[in-house]
Amino acid sequence: MNPFNLIYDGSFDGFLTCVFEAFQYKQKQVEFQKEHSVQHHMFSDGTYVITDTTKANRVWKGLSKKLSSHGVRDIYYAFLSEMDRIETLLFDYILKVFSTDKHIETDFSDPTILKISKIVKQVGREKHRMEAFVRFKLTKDDWYFANIEPDFDVLPLIAKHFKERYADQRWMIYDIKRQYALCYNLDTIEFMTMEFNKDLDFTKNDGAFFATEELEFQELWKNYFNSSTIKSRKNLKLHIKHVPKRYWKYLSEKQN
Amino acid sequence: MSFERIQEKLAILADAAKYDVSCSSSGSKRNNTTKGLGNATGMGICHSYTEDGRCVSLLKILLTNHCIYDCAYCVTRKSNDIKRTAFKVQEVVDLTINFYRRNYIEGLFLSSGIFKNADYTMERLVAVAKKLRLEENFHGYIHLKSIPGASDELMREAGLYADRLSVNIEIPSKKGLKLLAPDKNHDDFIKPMEKVKNEIIQYNSEKKIIKSTPIYAPAGQSTQMIIGASGENDYQIMHTSNHFYKNYNLKRVYYSGYVPISDDSRLPQIGTAVPMLRENRLYQTDWLMRFYGFEVNEILNTDFKHLDLDIDPKLSWALRNLHEFPVDINTASKRMLARIPGVGMKSVYKILMARKHRRLSWEHLKSLGIALNRAKYFMVCNSPFFEAKDLTPEIIKWKILQESKSKFSNVLTNQLSLFN
Repeated sequence: MNPFNLIYDGSFDGFLTCVFEAFQYKQKQVEFQKEHSVQHHMFSDGTYVITDTTKANRVWKGLSKKLSSHGVRDIYYAFLSEMDRIETLLFDYILKVFSTDKHIETDFSDPTILKISKIVKQVGREKHRMEAFVRFKLTKDDWYFANIEPDFDVLPLIAKHFKERYADQRWMIYDIKRQYALCYNLDTIEFMTMEFNKDLDFTKNDGAFFATEELEFQELWKNYFNSSTIKSRKNLKLHIKHVPKRYWKYLSEKQN
Repeated sequence: MSFERIQEKLAILADAAKYDVSCSSSGSKRNNTTKGLGNATGMGICHSYTEDGRCVSLLKILLTNHCIYDCAYCVTRKSNDIKRTAFKVQEVVDLTINFYRRNYIEGLFLSSGIFKNADYTMERLVAVAKKLRLEENFHGYIHLKSIPGASDELMREAGLYADRLSVNIEIPSKKGLKLLAPDKNHDDFIKPMEKVKNEIIQYNSEKKIIKSTPIYAPAGQSTQMIIGASGENDYQIMHTSNHFYKNYNLKRVYYSGYVPISDDSRLPQIGTAVPMLRENRLYQTDWLMRFYGFEVNEILNTDFKHLDLDIDPKLSWALRNLHEFPVDINTASKRMLARIPGVGMKSVYKILMARKHRRLSWEHLKSLGIALNRAKYFMVCNSPFFEAKDLTPEIIKWKILQESKSKFSNVLTNQLSLFN
């Protein structure tokens, strides 16, 4: 039998709507495709699912009844990993959740559940890393601007953290890879799609853009960072384990 | 503020503060309810790591490196010929705020050399914290040093603005202190610790009755001991540590391998290796005491005063107590699961959860990520197979060492060859 093939807009609500449709038509074999990555010739028989928040909410509510608050959150976390065929894995999991009265989310000896818990851990680690590695730079017009390039789509997950912490300054965190930003204007928090000029080098401090004291504070920070190293205990292997090299380019203390 | 001057001061006063290993920024309860700056709640964050692999979470500096004391183990000792400088209160406030706004740090860790006297110094540390809280509406993390000998009134005030207070006893025994810091008095270290402990107890009990009671040092107290400077053995160190945990409700005791910084004949000479492996074993023991339900006497006692360097302390304990094993993974208590070498507390949790659904076999345990190369000799599961049948402790140890590669293998071969 051909699998039920669904095309959706790539949003989490879109995915939940697909789950709703699959349950509606009692389909257990489902393939998911994001709209922007559809390969027409391969799945010409795909059905386009229009995101419907009412349907999505019903699935979410159903899951909330069967899972702990951590358990439902984990589904969202895993989804944001954007890993290949993550939707199918999550769908298998959701089928399992709804097919039993048992509390299965901590059954780590089940391969699907163990796999999801590992992905959730990876996404959680990336979220935590972004909370740590964001480096704001003060712009001339008084915005604290940061750019990131996370492995997973964690911007929605770090919004609360930064809002609570930086309540008295205007800030923006821009995801270079996914081309959207999280903005806080002293009042509300918003997601904005933005495109910068392709030639823009985010590792540089453009004097026309950033405040004059900005460079000084970066220097002070670098100076502090270097002064705190105990030379006789140097251990670069451990250093790199904690701060993997792919994050270095946006960390001011790691610039020469 | 003048950039060049601050740059120079920062270099000197950060360099002098780096031997204080505490960088914890967790465990506070300071919510940003006033739309201010910062939110020190719960989890700590390491914003970077130094090239020696230590976490950078706080702006860790001395207010000044002028000092009236001459402790042999300390870089800022009076007799040391180094450049001296001091921050103004406002300069520390500005640095903290500007670093924090850029998400470089979780807050401030302010320590100081002693200038004039204890109270004069403590007063200035408190002034920085007070300014940050009251003038800057700062809710980030503040760790202040309790200056030995500071008055009770100042210690009380310090706890109202700081999240954590710490006083480093540095030398684990009175005898060692007398030798290396002759003008310091053991009781001066204890007094502020005692005071803060009592204040925390009092504020907590008042808070239960009156909700608006301010928080007092919500992240508690810690201390630090230098390892390998004054000849104490592991037994003495961990029993001292246990004493502080039990009697002063400390959140953490830190162990800092001595980095030789002086030609003083009372101390290891410059060039002597930092005892990093020993430091690691002491931390492992500390963890066993705090999270794994071990009593200090089980690990170190009058018959066993030195931790093994080649194996971790839990494995060492297990080999000395083989009569407690094997543990049945599918039925054992949480306490006993935590005692299996190679099984950490996260694995204990996963085992407890997973075994509700089915009896666990070797394959399950492997996929849960348990270090079976050590654990397999100490447990049975849903399988007739038991690894350690009739094996002696010596053979088990030999087999484990054969199969594993320590990250310390270089240090180990060097340190062990000294005894051959």
